[in-house]
Amino acid sequence: MRSGIVIGLLLSGIALLVACQSEDQLEFNRYYSNGRVVYQSKCQNCHGANGEGLQSLIPPLTDSVYLKANKTTLACYLKYGLKGKINVSKKQFDGEMPATGIADIHLAEVLTYINNSFGNKSGVVTTQMVNEDLSRCN
Amino acid sequence: MAVLLYAACKFNDKKILPIYGNRQPVTKTVNGQTVTDTTYQTIPAFKFINQYGDSISNKSLDGDIYVADFFFTTCPSICPIMHRNMLQVYNTFKNTPGFKIISHTIDPKHDSVPELKKYADKLGVAGNTWWFLQGNKEDTYKLSESYLVRKPQEDAKQVFIHDGSFILIDKQKRVRGAYDGTDPKQVGQLIDDIKTLQAEPDEVAVK
Repeated sequence: MRSGIVIGLLLSGIALLVACQSEDQLEFNRYYSNGRVVYQSKCQNCHGANGEGLQSLIPPLTDSVYLKANKTTLACYLKYGLKGKINVSKKQFDGEMPATGIADIHLAEVLTYINNSFGNKSGVVTTQMVNEDLSRCN
Repeated sequence: MAVLLYAACKFNDKKILPIYGNRQPVTKTVNGQTVTDTTYQTIPAFKFINQYGDSISNKSLDGDIYVADFFFTTCPSICPIMHRNMLQVYNTFKNTPGFKIISHTIDPKHDSVPELKKYADKLGVAGNTWWFLQGNKEDTYKLSESYLVRKPQEDAKQVFIHDGSFILIDKQKRVRGAYDGTDPKQVGQLIDDIKTLQAEPDEVAVK
């Protein structure tokens, strides 16, 4: 009987915790899980299931420093493509990523996924942030 | 349309890989007796240039077990995953004599010899185990048919469509296996099958 009450209390505690998951966390989860689907269909063939890239042909997505330094231009790279020399993970790459044709809403999702997977952890990228970044593409 | 013949054999508990392609019975006279033998479909003669600018023909692969595929360096869809998987094959057998990989570009206009060399360098491929071959586009497309691979097509946007097959060829230039190069599991099977093929005793040809 007593243990039943304890378990009951514990369960309601967990229910409360879930209910109290912050708006922000819910938003993050939504972006992240949708982003995984976008990543698998649009990015994974080249950048790999674990963001490992391919030798010196395709850069990995595991360089948190690079991703942070370029956080506000990543949306532009995805939308319009990226060409020329870049340094990622202490290696130089000189190839070309084609424009991906990913819709703006999905850009935010996939950027949230990439920026919080493969050892990266820099929080949500919202549609609003992507829209602002896109308005400043070179 | 090639008839795909499949023969899965078990012999002395040792796995024997099937021989694919058309086959024809040939009747000949050996020592005064009439003998019926089978001739198998083989990869026909070809001549291309590799990433070092060397001329490579079917003769350059005489006595080798090899894996062939079709790709192009600017391919954004399945080629990166194919060559990520092919690197596993390369790394397993790069120090094994009598083994080669040949990757035919289906876009020779862009994929010149220097482009192929650059691609090989970036992929971390050196030496003469893995050749990237370019040459006459029609020859390449035609050759793809003898590997039982879907002939590459160009759609309206000039984007190449091809399948991601890795084809295993034996020392007698017969097709012994076809694998989905985009599937790591099938590529693992290919690595196992190459070992099986390497262990196969050389056949005594009846001539």
